Amino acid sequence: MFFLLHYLQGPELIEKVNGLHGFMNWRRNLLTDSGGFQMVSLVELSEVTEEGVKFKSPYDGKEILLSPEKSISIQNSLGSDIMMQLDDVVSSTVKGPRVEEAMHRSIRWLDRCIAANKHPDKQNLFAIIQGGLDAELRKACLDEMTKRDVPGFAIGGLSGGEEKDDFWRMVTLSTDHLPREKPRYLMGVGYAVDLVVCVALGCDMFDCVFPTRTARFGSALVPWGSLQVKQKQYAKDFQSIDPDCQCPTCKRHSRAYLHALFKSDTAAMHHITIHNIAYQLNLMRSMRQSIVEGRFPEFIQTFMKRMFPSPDQYPNWAVEALASVNVTLE
Amino acid sequence: MAGSRMKLELSKVVQGRCRLGQLKEMGRMGQHCLDIPGCLLYTHLGTVPHLTQDTLHTLSSLPTVTQVTLSNIAEHQDVLEEFKGGFKKFAGLHDTVLYCSLHDSAAQSPTGHTTNKTVSVWGSGGRIELTVAKFMALQRTVQPDWYQTMADGETWQTGISRKRVRKSVDRSLAHLDECLLVHQKSQELDGVSVFGVVEGGDILEERLRSARETAKRPVAGFCLDGFQNGAMDQALRSQLITAVTKELPEDKPRLLQGVGRPDEVLACVEAGVDLFEGFFPFQVTERGCALCFLFDITPDPESAAADEEQHTAGETQLNGDLNCDDQTHMTRFEMDLKDKRYQDDFRPLVEGCGCYCCRNHQRAYVHHLLVTNELLAGVLLMIHNTSHYNSFFRAVREALANDKMDLLRRRVLGTVKEESG
Repeated sequence: MFFLLHYLQGPELIEKVNGLHGFMNWRRNLLTDSGGFQMVSLVELSEVTEEGVKFKSPYDGKEILLSPEKSISIQNSLGSDIMMQLDDVVSSTVKGPRVEEAMHRSIRWLDRCIAANKHPDKQNLFAIIQGGLDAELRKACLDEMTKRDVPGFAIGGLSGGEEKDDFWRMVTLSTDHLPREKPRYLMGVGYAVDLVVCVALGCDMFDCVFPTRTARFGSALVPWGSLQVKQKQYAKDFQSIDPDCQCPTCKRHSRAYLHALFKSDTAAMHHITIHNIAYQLNLMRSMRQSIVEGRFPEFIQTFMKRMFPSPDQYPNWAVEALASVNVTLE
Repeated sequence: MAGSRMKLELSKVVQGRCRLGQLKEMGRMGQHCLDIPGCLLYTHLGTVPHLTQDTLHTLSSLPTVTQVTLSNIAEHQDVLEEFKGGFKKFAGLHDTVLYCSLHDSAAQSPTGHTTNKTVSVWGSGGRIELTVAKFMALQRTVQPDWYQTMADGETWQTGISRKRVRKSVDRSLAHLDECLLVHQKSQELDGVSVFGVVEGGDILEERLRSARETAKRPVAGFCLDGFQNGAMDQALRSQLITAVTKELPEDKPRLLQGVGRPDEVLACVEAGVDLFEGFFPFQVTERGCALCFLFDITPDPESAAADEEQHTAGETQLNGDLNCDDQTHMTRFEMDLKDKRYQDDFRPLVEGCGCYCCRNHQRAYVHHLLVTNELLAGVLLMIHNTSHYNSFFRAVREALANDKMDLLRRRVLGTVKEESG
């Protein structure tokens, strides 16, 4: 967000140093968002017009316009490997004509983004499917956007507080109509159960602040849920967070030490962050492995058994969603 | 002596005061040594601030002695007692010498709670009162390789009375004797080194009294206390330290508490100090600054002179005069990376610094991290500042070895703020 605001005034700075990769000294792939979501959700007094998103900078009060062209221009300067179109973002809890308006506008903005992309050979511009929780609108969006030849598709407009029952139905509707040979990126997901179910529904890529943010609050992710390290019960618990985990934190430190460290130093947050990232990576790796070895349904069974004390505690939406792809939870 | 193996080997003494050498045979197995003059590794509960063990070990040469403080540990006494394995194991520390001190020199705590029989430390939950019995119980459960005895060092406040200073000396000696008694009876502390603490405020007679009396006890070395928080005039401090070290046996190390600024380190080395605490890099990190003062005196007088010229001609940023010892304010030895001038400065923090931060990142990036309040800023700065500070101590030892202390001092002091390039 800070980047966006700063570079709306001129991306020369980031160009001086070879884009974001050079600035961060990061040799791997980078994905940038369009800034649309942040603008609308984090900034007050934003106004959406056909031009773009108009808002007041929280740093100096100046009025700024984030148009599809501007967003792509900034992302071009940043040099990210995957870029997101600027979409007209509407909360999934909103109903009515605004949802349809946003869906149609997102299609028009997609075309403007495609036209504005200076490096289509090096930077992969993804479309973002909108349409809220309305099956017809979402289908219309899918029909139109899949006519454009973009390298990948994001499923947007979800993961914003809507009912899980609606959520999974929109995910599966989207994956049903997206091309098989292009990546499906589900934005804003998430929790371990959501990841497993959505992989089963046909999603390939995800992003979420949850694992690292919750780590900073002392919450460690484990196969059976989460562990609040700052709680008193762990003060004298001398085992590692997860005895089966191979991450640097679990190999060296106990729950008791981390519990104590939270009172003394920020490094405690780093230890949990490292563990949570390891947890996420391990989860995804396990899923891939099980898919390759043709035992993904068995993986799901084991995963759910570990995560919930008993089958009657399995979330209904997950049971239904998995059943829709022929995985019947035992 | 309380079963300690620690051996001080001096290779050189300059002007009868400045010492160069090694502290050998430290640790339970006697396998560690520490070059002196040197500094300790400053930690919060065994963790170098902001750093995990992996990030810590990107640093190529760490001080072999890790310092922990009772102000961090005291509130976890019951946890350690249940754990039973000692603090090193509890914290998952690497193979290191563990030194346990009383107070955290980077954290100012309230005064006025010391009594004849107790001192207080402040944990995350508030004040914890320590008697000698509790102090020693803590040592028995921490199981350090080395610790300082309980002491009353609350004599740095301005306007402190003579009577109060005298009390601090008396109390500290009484605590020392009591600690030693308990130490000798404690199996868990067999082979552990004990340092006595020299007090005396700003009164020469009391300093001498404390030094002479403490030196009579069977301790492995000496802490010099009551000089923290920069309240004392620097010249007076040097005078007092010089007088104190004259009273202490040559073959035992001297650790100065609460002093960390580079110019002060140099002055105190010349006054006879061997060891310093390592909290200064942490303080610099916390204010978003990076140490950048020069200490390179490689024999090339031409380029050295040109450099000095360039630096004295360079822009000076506002900073206190040399006598201003306010430890919360930026010093002349660091650059403020939050400053706008670094927004598009793509150089490393310090040219030629081999630390992870300087090898991989630029001033502009660290500036960005600070402005956006990213935790990574603290990690990178702590790595750099620790590295820079350790390299400074190496330079001090080299200067001593080659009789170049004068040149080093001029280099360190002659440094002014980096020009804005």
